[in-house]
Amino acid sequence: MDQVLEILIAVFLVIGGVFGLVGSFGLIKLNDAMSRLHAPTKATTLGVGGVLIASMLHAYAHEGHLSWHELLITLFLFLTAPITANFIAKAHIHRHETPDSLPVAGEDLKWATHDIAPEKQKSDSAPTDRS
Amino acid sequence: MITYATYFATACFGLGFLMNLWKIATAEGVGDRVLALDTMVINAIALMILYGLSRSTEIFFEAAMIIAMLGFVSTVAYARFMLRGNIIE
Repeated sequence: MDQVLEILIAVFLVIGGVFGLVGSFGLIKLNDAMSRLHAPTKATTLGVGGVLIASMLHAYAHEGHLSWHELLITLFLFLTAPITANFIAKAHIHRHETPDSLPVAGEDLKWATHDIAPEKQKSDSAPTDRS
Repeated sequence: MITYATYFATACFGLGFLMNLWKIATAEGVGDRVLALDTMVINAIALMILYGLSRSTEIFFEAAMIIAMLGFVSTVAYARFMLRGNIIE
């Protein structure tokens, strides 16, 4: 039982380390800003998740009960990684893209960060100097 | 076996940390720097937890939690600053 737990901890540590390394390497390897966004937010978060699971199992092996702090950190990271990615992508769209350089935005007329919808534009006719 | 696995994971995350520092130094835009800083915070959390795992103490989890929260808030503040030019309007 102890041997199985030890192997499991080692496997989770190695998986987490490899994912973390891949995420950080993708940050310098990928050459487009928007594809560069994928590597850290997905791979590195998964790597940290693996390390945290290993830490949980380690606490179980040594003290006999699972510790839930790690799960809290994992949940927090998994919740906040997409939010930060969304914020950075939004900032990138605003700084480097124009509405013409972006692909077609489905059934909406424009991308949501770029413009408010046309009917809304008509209703509040007060000119806004900040766009 | 756990000791060597911990060494391996620490080496991986340490190498990733250095890559992020390199990216911060050589990135051509502000957005890349913010992204590299966010990744560096995540790597720092992983290194801290690995240190706590190798020392078998639980005191680093609270520190890691606080650093995770600070990293999130600082990244959101940076993104806000890039978008608007100020943080609290």
